[in-house]
This record gives sequence, structure tokens and C-alpha cells, in this order.
Amino acid sequence: MALADIGFSIRTMITELGHFALILAFAVAIVQMVVPLVGAHKGWSGWMAVAEPAATVQFLLTAVSFAALTHAFVTSDFSVQLVVANSHTAKPMLYKVSGVWGNHEGSMLLWVLILTLFGALAAWFGGNLPPTLRARVLGVQSAIAVAFFAFILFTSNPFVRMAIPPFNGQDLNPLLQDPGLAFHPPFLYLGYVGLSICFSFAVAALIEGRVDAAWARWVRPWTLLSWMFLTVGIALGSWWAYYELGWGGFWFWDPVENASFMPWLIAAALLHSAIVVEKREALKSWTILLAIMAFGFSLIGTFIVRSGVITSVHAFANDPERGVFILMILAVFMGGALILYAARAGVMQAKGVFGVVSRETALVLNNVLLAVSALVVFIGTIWPLVAEMAFARKLSVGPPFFDMAFTPFMVILALILPVGAILPWKRARIGRALKQLRWALILALALGALAWAMQTGRSSLGPVGLFLGTWLVAGSVVDLLGRTGRGAIGARLRRMARLPRADWGKAVAHAGLGVTIFGVAALTAWQQEDIRVTRIGERFQVGDWGIQLDDVQRLQGPNYVTTQGTISVWRDDTKLYELTPEKRVYPVAGMPTTEAAIHNGILRDIYLVIGDPQNDGGWAVRTYLKPFANWIWTGAIIMAFGGVLSLSDRRYRVAAGAAKAAARPAAVPAE
Amino acid sequence: MKYLILALTLFLSAPAFAVEPGEVLTDPALEARARALSKGLRCLVCRNESIDESNAALAKDLRLLVRERLVEGDTDEQAIAFIVDRYGEYVLLKPTASGANLVLWVAGPAMLILALGIGGTYVARRRKAAEAPGEGLSEAEQARLNEIMAE
Repeated sequence: MALADIGFSIRTMITELGHFALILAFAVAIVQMVVPLVGAHKGWSGWMAVAEPAATVQFLLTAVSFAALTHAFVTSDFSVQLVVANSHTAKPMLYKVSGVWGNHEGSMLLWVLILTLFGALAAWFGGNLPPTLRARVLGVQSAIAVAFFAFILFTSNPFVRMAIPPFNGQDLNPLLQDPGLAFHPPFLYLGYVGLSICFSFAVAALIEGRVDAAWARWVRPWTLLSWMFLTVGIALGSWWAYYELGWGGFWFWDPVENASFMPWLIAAALLHSAIVVEKREALKSWTILLAIMAFGFSLIGTFIVRSGVITSVHAFANDPERGVFILMILAVFMGGALILYAARAGVMQAKGVFGVVSRETALVLNNVLLAVSALVVFIGTIWPLVAEMAFARKLSVGPPFFDMAFTPFMVILALILPVGAILPWKRARIGRALKQLRWALILALALGALAWAMQTGRSSLGPVGLFLGTWLVAGSVVDLLGRTGRGAIGARLRRMARLPRADWGKAVAHAGLGVTIFGVAALTAWQQEDIRVTRIGERFQVGDWGIQLDDVQRLQGPNYVTTQGTISVWRDDTKLYELTPEKRVYPVAGMPTTEAAIHNGILRDIYLVIGDPQNDGGWAVRTYLKPFANWIWTGAIIMAFGGVLSLSDRRYRVAAGAAKAAARPAAVPAE
Repeated sequence: MKYLILALTLFLSAPAFAVEPGEVLTDPALEARARALSKGLRCLVCRNESIDESNAALAKDLRLLVRERLVEGDTDEQAIAFIVDRYGEYVLLKPTASGANLVLWVAGPAMLILALGIGGTYVARRRKAAEAPGEGLSEAEQARLNEIMAE
């Protein structure tokens, strides 16, 4: 008994320590916001130097706080309200841990943990930044942290206690008890929140009144990093929806999905415009604006997800405090940054000069398409709210709208991408680029035509998707080969292998986009579906496959009960696979889920779902053949891998110092 | 405990299918039309699902209603109009292009034209800068030089 008491009090103490660390981190953030900014303004190096250790301490304190909350979840400390609402002793360990961010309060703590992590990374790796710029970047970054610490402590404190701890918890939403979704939020937040560094760099540059190639070179790796995480996070979410929701949809244009997709689009635009700033000293003020908007869309996304204002207009009334608080954060940071931008953008003179046909122009076009497509998604997402408030019309904007309004942008983007990617800087000739790309174009057209001839329906979606995908992948190969000069193919391939990693990264990421575009088009155009009632032992045919329900069992899982079907897949008279789709019920959370059984293949997935027993003793079974489904997420992973390659380029490791040395003589103090 | 869980299971309705086998029309052409229409109609009690995807009872009622109308000989437009009359335009996942909604539909193309205009002006100005002799050009070369030095 005494031992248990000691155990209890240690557990309680750890939770209190976590709470205390969070408050302390808030205080450090305030210091880190004020002191370095004042120091940079006055030119006091001692004050500026506060930023770096403060960023480290802030991160460590937040990490302690997060660890304490994780400890409460892992040990099922039911004196913490959040643990009661989102955990259960019978829950598997993985989901006890992921339960920490499977709720509003905990996920906000993860949000600031990542925010302070990026602040600390900027402090650790920003050694070669000019001291005033570094102080300002860290100061602005800390201002964001102050706002979110306040948000957590005043509206969403995860450490709130129960007066009388209950015997057990209410369990985590069963849909979230899944490996795909366990890791989806951390990746998404690493992307979302990573963009805060780009924002801080943009605001710091505006305060300094200077943007040059060196600035772009510092910002680009951060953008790249955020974009990669966002790519992986979005892909994980989409993959989860595909296998968990029971009918194989992978993208719903849900406001919450759009909330992550808009920053992704803007980050992709920023990634490309920063190249123009870095290489050509043009598009400066536009790049600053994109950096501000990228994080702005992250904040808008946070607002959409947290307030529930768009998902359901009534959720806002349920929790007006949180929604209003985030709206205020959004207003202060976006308003402040944009006012600063309006005042200072004129200072940034473009230097680079280029012709109408050039890589620069192609990248301007890229930015136009990505930025406008993000705005289209934005307008579609908020339109129901606007229509209701301004015109008293209650309406929906769903997938049919987005498919129609968004897809053209991606088609145009994919069409021009391979051409733009091989155009030289400054002045180029379209004819030459097209001549270089002719084999890629012929291959793409041939495959598209072949698909058109082979498919049964008259839909152009599949063939166009195959054409665009091939065009992008083959275009990337041409891009790489084009950099190897002339000579025997063996020598060129050897030179290709030695090309800078950034070139490889670019080609790989573009090819990944092609793979994803093809996957989306092929799955949407060519999927087959079969819904029927079948009896045990009966076999039916879907496409080339024979499907047979062999058995249905009721089983008990760790925290659920399940109805599990055993279904065999046949080709002619050979049994190939045995799959076990399930229908689970989680009694504690009171929720049923569908666990589809999927046989993954390179060319197609066989996707089986078991439904309800029928009165005549049969079972409802749904079978889908989903061609090229895996290509959608594989493409995303390839894109992210392209980012990794680019990020590991020698330039970022070695040249940052050289860039600084080259740029410093031109520095003009703003004040 | 086991009995408790079993008892609870009986109370909880298991997930039904989106489209259930019993609903499917015998005429494949009509069924295909019904499926296409269902994809554009919102399940009113769900978060963001069409009635084609949803398991909710209300979605099932709507699916049956769509099929009923089609069997009775309605065109697609008539069937949609019938449902919008009863449930309001909230039920449409693809909003109509009427009244204020025009803004929503025109926004994409309009913004694209505007952005192309701005981008085009910028590119034109950058090219002019190229033609202007003297300082501008040398500055550009200076930038290029810095860049080469940096690499």
C-alpha cells in the first residue's frame, strides 16, 4: 500500500513537472521574443546572443512537458482529464503513445514542441547567419511560440486534473487506432510548423530590409524540409483513408484535408521561387510574400481544424474561445507581416535580367499555377461559410467542384513542367527544348494512345493520366541526360551518376509527381466494383478474379470484438490468396469500424470488405479491383525522396559559408 | 466481462455498407446513372460524404429515393431537382452556378488570368531591364559573378 502510494505520488509529480515546464517554456519564449529583437534593433550583441541559448532551453522545456504528458498516457494516469477522455488500460501501447496527439490539447502540445524544435534547429544550424538576422529570425519564431503557448495554457491545457480519478478511461477514437494515423500527425505538423521558420526568415528579412541570394539559400533547405514532411504526412493520411474507411477513397476534399493541402501547394511554389532568388536575384518580394502566405495557410489550416467552423458551422459555437484565439493569432501574425511587407517590399530591388523564354519565366508560370490553385482550394473550402454568412445560403462545396476547378491547374502544370525544367536561365529557345524532349513526348503520346485503345470505356481520364505521367517521368530522364553533354552512352551515364544531388533531387521529385498523377488518374478511371450477397462456399467472378467466401468467425481482439470473414481469391481453379476482412466494434468507445482486407500489387489492389449478415444466411461482400492504387503514395514518397536528395546536396553543406562571405560586402544596414 | 462486451455489441449497430446489395437496380444503365447522381449528393448528417459513400440511414433513404425517381422515368436533372426541392441546395456537393455562387465558379479562371497578367508584366519588365544598357546589366553580371564565386 505504501509502495503504491509512493508510485502514485511520483506519477503525480511527473505530470505536475510537465505542467510547470510548459509554463516555464512560455516565460522563456517571452524573453526570447523581446530581448533579441531589441538587441538587433539597438545593435547590442549581448542581447542578441540571448536568442540561441533561449531557443535551446525553450525546446528542452517543451520536450520535458511533452514527455510528461506521454508518461501520463503510457502509465494510464487517470487523474489527468485528457488521459481519461482519450485512453484506456486495454489499449495497445502504440496507441497509448499516439493517443497523446490523438486529441486537441495533446496535438497542440506536439505543435509547439515542433515549433520550438525548429526554433532550436535554426539556432543550432544558423551559426553562419549574420548576427542581426539570426537574432531577428529567432525572435520572430519565439513570438509565434508565445502565441501558441498562451493558446495552450489559457484555452487547451492538457494537464487539467480530475478531482476524482475514474477507474478507467473512455478510449481513443477507434478510427485513430491505426499505425498509419499514429504517424500521420507528427509528419504533418513537422511540415506545417516547419513553414514557421520560413515565415520568421521572411519577417526578419523585411525588418532588415534586405533579401539576397544568401537569404534564399538559407530559406530553401527549411522550405524543402517542411515540404517533404508535408508530402509524407499528406500521403500517410490519404493512405490511411484508403484502407481504413472501407471503400478505398483516397482524397475527399474535406476541409481538414484542404487545410494541409494549401500549405503544401504554397510551399511547393515557395521552393521554386526561392531558386529564382538564389540563382538570379529576381522574384524577391514575391518570394517573401509566399513565405508569409505559406505559414499563413498553415495557421488558417490550424484554425479550420481546431475551431471546426467550416466542417460544421455549429462546432464554432461549441468552442468559440479556441476559434477566436486562433483567429486572433492569425490576424496578428498575418496582419503584422503583411503591413511590414507593404512598407518594405519596395526596398527589394530585383537584379536578375531574363528573356521571355527562360527558366525564370517557366518558374513564374509554375508559381502562378501553384498559387492560384491553392487559392481555388481556399475559396472552395471557405465558400460554404461565406455563402451562409453573407448570402444566407446553406450550401456544400464537395469533391465534384474541386475535381473540376482544381484538376485543370495540375494538368497545365504537368504539361509545361518538363519543358520548363530543361530551359536554361536568362534566355532560352522553346524549339531547342522541345527537340530535346521529342522522345519523351513520343513515348508519352504512344502510351496514352495505347491505353485509349485498350480500355473499355470512353473516358479520357486514364489515357491522359498515363500520358502526363510518362511525360513527367521521361522528361525527368531527359533533364538528367541533358546535363551529361555529348559522347558515348556509357560515359554519359557515368557523368549522370556524378551530377550534383540537387539535379537528381529535382528530377526524382518531378518524376514522383508523374507517378502520383498517373496513379490518381488510373485508379479513378479504371477501378472495378462489385457489390453482392454471397453464401459461404459460393464463388463469383470480378474481372479476372474468382472470389469465394470461405468462413465467417466472431473473434475477440485486445479492445474490440470482430466479425472476420475469410475470403479466398482464385484465378481459374487455383487458389492464390486468402484475405480476412473484418468488421470491428470497439465497445468502450462505442464505435464500429470496417477493416478492409487488401492484397497489394504493383499493378492492382484487390480490396475486400465484409458487410452485414443477410436474412437468408448470406453475407454482403464488396469487392474492388483498384488498378495502380499504390502508385499514388509511392509517387508521394518518391517526391519526398527527391527532397532528401536535394537537401543532401553538397552546396548546402559546404557553400553556406562561402555564400555569406560573397554576400557580406554588399550588405547595407536597414536602420 | 466477455458477456458485457457481447451485450454491448448487440446494442451497437454494426456498420452497414454504403451501397447495399439490396438497393442495386436490376437495369445496369439506370443503376449506373443512380450511382453517378449519388456521388454528387451530400449525406446530410455526415461530415463530408456523398450518399454513395455513407453508411448512414438517411443516406440510404436518399439513395433509394434517387433510384425510385429514376425508375419512374425522371431525367437526371428532374431527379436532382426533386431532391433539392425537399432537402435544399445544401444537398448538392457541386454547387450551382447561380447568384452569388458565380463568384465561386468564376474565381479560379479570373484569378488565373489576373495572375498571368501580373506575371506577364513582371517578365516583360525584366526583359526591358535587359535591353537597357549600362548599369542594370553590369549589376546583373555582378550578381552572376557573386553567384559563381559562391559556388
